Amino acid sequence: MSTLVALPILIPLITAAVMLLTRNLIVQRCLSFVALSLSLTIAVVLLVDVWGSGNIVVARLGGWPGSFAITLVADRLASVLVVVAMAVTLVVLLFALGQQAADEHSSYYHPVYMALTAGIAQAFLAGDLFNLFVAFEILLMASYVLLTLEGTSEQIRSGTTYVVLNVIESLVLVTAVGLIFAATGTVNFAELPERLAELPDGVRTGLHLLLLVAFGIKAAVFPLFFWLPDSYPTAPSSASAVFAGLLTKVGVYCLIRVQTLLFPGELSDLVMIVGIATMAIGVIGAISQQDMKRILSFHIISQIGYMVFGLGIGGAAAIAATVFYLIHHIPVKTSLFLVEGIIERDSGTSSLDRISGLARRSPMLAVLFLLPALSLAGFPPLSGFLAKFAVVRAGFDSQQYVGVGVALLVSMLTLVSMAKIWVGAFWGEAEPARPSGDVGILRHQRSMAAATMLLVAMTVAIATAAGPLYEFATQAAIQMLDVATYVSAVRGS
Amino acid sequence: MSVWSLVLVSVLFGVGAYLLMDRSLTRIALGVGALGNGVNVLIISAGSDVGEAPIIGRDGTLTDPLPQALVLTAIVIGFALLTFLMTLAWRNWTISGNDEVEDDVEDRLVARRAERTAKSGDQPHHEDVTP
Repeated sequence: MSTLVALPILIPLITAAVMLLTRNLIVQRCLSFVALSLSLTIAVVLLVDVWGSGNIVVARLGGWPGSFAITLVADRLASVLVVVAMAVTLVVLLFALGQQAADEHSSYYHPVYMALTAGIAQAFLAGDLFNLFVAFEILLMASYVLLTLEGTSEQIRSGTTYVVLNVIESLVLVTAVGLIFAATGTVNFAELPERLAELPDGVRTGLHLLLLVAFGIKAAVFPLFFWLPDSYPTAPSSASAVFAGLLTKVGVYCLIRVQTLLFPGELSDLVMIVGIATMAIGVIGAISQQDMKRILSFHIISQIGYMVFGLGIGGAAAIAATVFYLIHHIPVKTSLFLVEGIIERDSGTSSLDRISGLARRSPMLAVLFLLPALSLAGFPPLSGFLAKFAVVRAGFDSQQYVGVGVALLVSMLTLVSMAKIWVGAFWGEAEPARPSGDVGILRHQRSMAAATMLLVAMTVAIATAAGPLYEFATQAAIQMLDVATYVSAVRGS
Repeated sequence: MSVWSLVLVSVLFGVGAYLLMDRSLTRIALGVGALGNGVNVLIISAGSDVGEAPIIGRDGTLTDPLPQALVLTAIVIGFALLTFLMTLAWRNWTISGNDEVEDDVEDRLVARRAERTAKSGDQPHHEDVTP
């Protein structure tokens, strides 16, 4: 089993290297599909094993004993997130193929996309801090290239902000790794909890804050979010869908690890306040925008706030709510960006002032937008409602009434801004020059439509299977809070 | 960690942070380079004291090999980042003739609004401020 852990990272990475040998687009496309399907299958096998046995599967690369090897760890949370990540990247690949966009025709798109996938998988599976840093660099470097692939002046402008901000984030992270190594003499997740606990309070808080800032920039929490709404909208649709769905979640995942494994329960008030502020600021930003992509980008920030708020509350129930939120949010956000991509490809713009009457022209597209949009706002019985309900209930149980109030208000404002997109883009008269019915939009873009439908079906499936899934999230949370078992599993004693 | 490496780290961090404040992308890249090297020196000096090369069979005090392995990786990553930043600066220069980081869309909108207000009247009232 333990050799399987490395495969979701190695398969895409090796495929990326092989692809660079050929510039043939058809070969590259086939390789992408095979590699991602294979990784997804392996990730599912891994998940079934980890879920069934409750074990933590550990791989030590290089065969060194204990903490000297590069460790990869698949516990419940990591394995489920790898499955979701592989599934979403596979679906978005399908979307990108149908898009006929200039960026996908570049012979670098597919290798870079594979590297991005490998980086995301490695970030979820990393068993030591330095390995995590390397994973971040792989996925960030890939995202820089995807963001600026066309090299237009707009992409270069926003790409510069994104690259510089994330370079600074990497520097903060590697500084934190260096200082933690200086203070404890290890970077391994199995040894860190014990050694960090021995440090003086001041040093520990300093190191903790450095990690929170580094991962906070990546997760786009308040007040470190400002790079996000400026850079994501200029990326090609397929790239921004993956960024929106997965990259910020990698940051949240790392925050979860910091708060449960490295510094359990510390600074949780700060994390909670940051979460509440992120929810509120994100949604206020979204309401003031007139561009679909920018509205959706601000909503990423706002939704991150819910997860960070749940993380700040602490305890098994709240962490379980955060995990459930994480799993539900990835397909929802990605599918919204894909719908936006279809609209932008059809109308040539994402400005709400210039689009109208889409519901009349393509009712199917309207449904594809409405389901994830209502889920994002937290409408029962969709997955967003269950995720928000879990967070709010955890907040009530620990008497965090201010946070709960803000969370409810924010979900109402989310609905307002989703209604704004709905009214602006879907209602009203269709432009007369355009053909009516699905002919104009979905029929011509079959694989884009199929990809979006798959993701929307995934969000509906999450809502349908909410009971078992929530039970799974609880199990994952309990496993994460049991630091001693994690430590002994990774050490191999 | 010796005092001198600490001084070196702080100087590199200071220079790097100062250069990051600049609008010119080339300077930002130089700042990233300085900061990255500062971090590398920090990790190296975080290891044990200087000793024999850590090869099985050698006697005496051995140097801790882990920070060296970490720094090697970090140097390669830093080099790649620097190259990418320089390429970005070059592309920016070929497009716009300079390598300055531009304001984002919102900032430019706000600036334009303020300009219009300044032109439209000598004494802007409350109503004039909103577009």
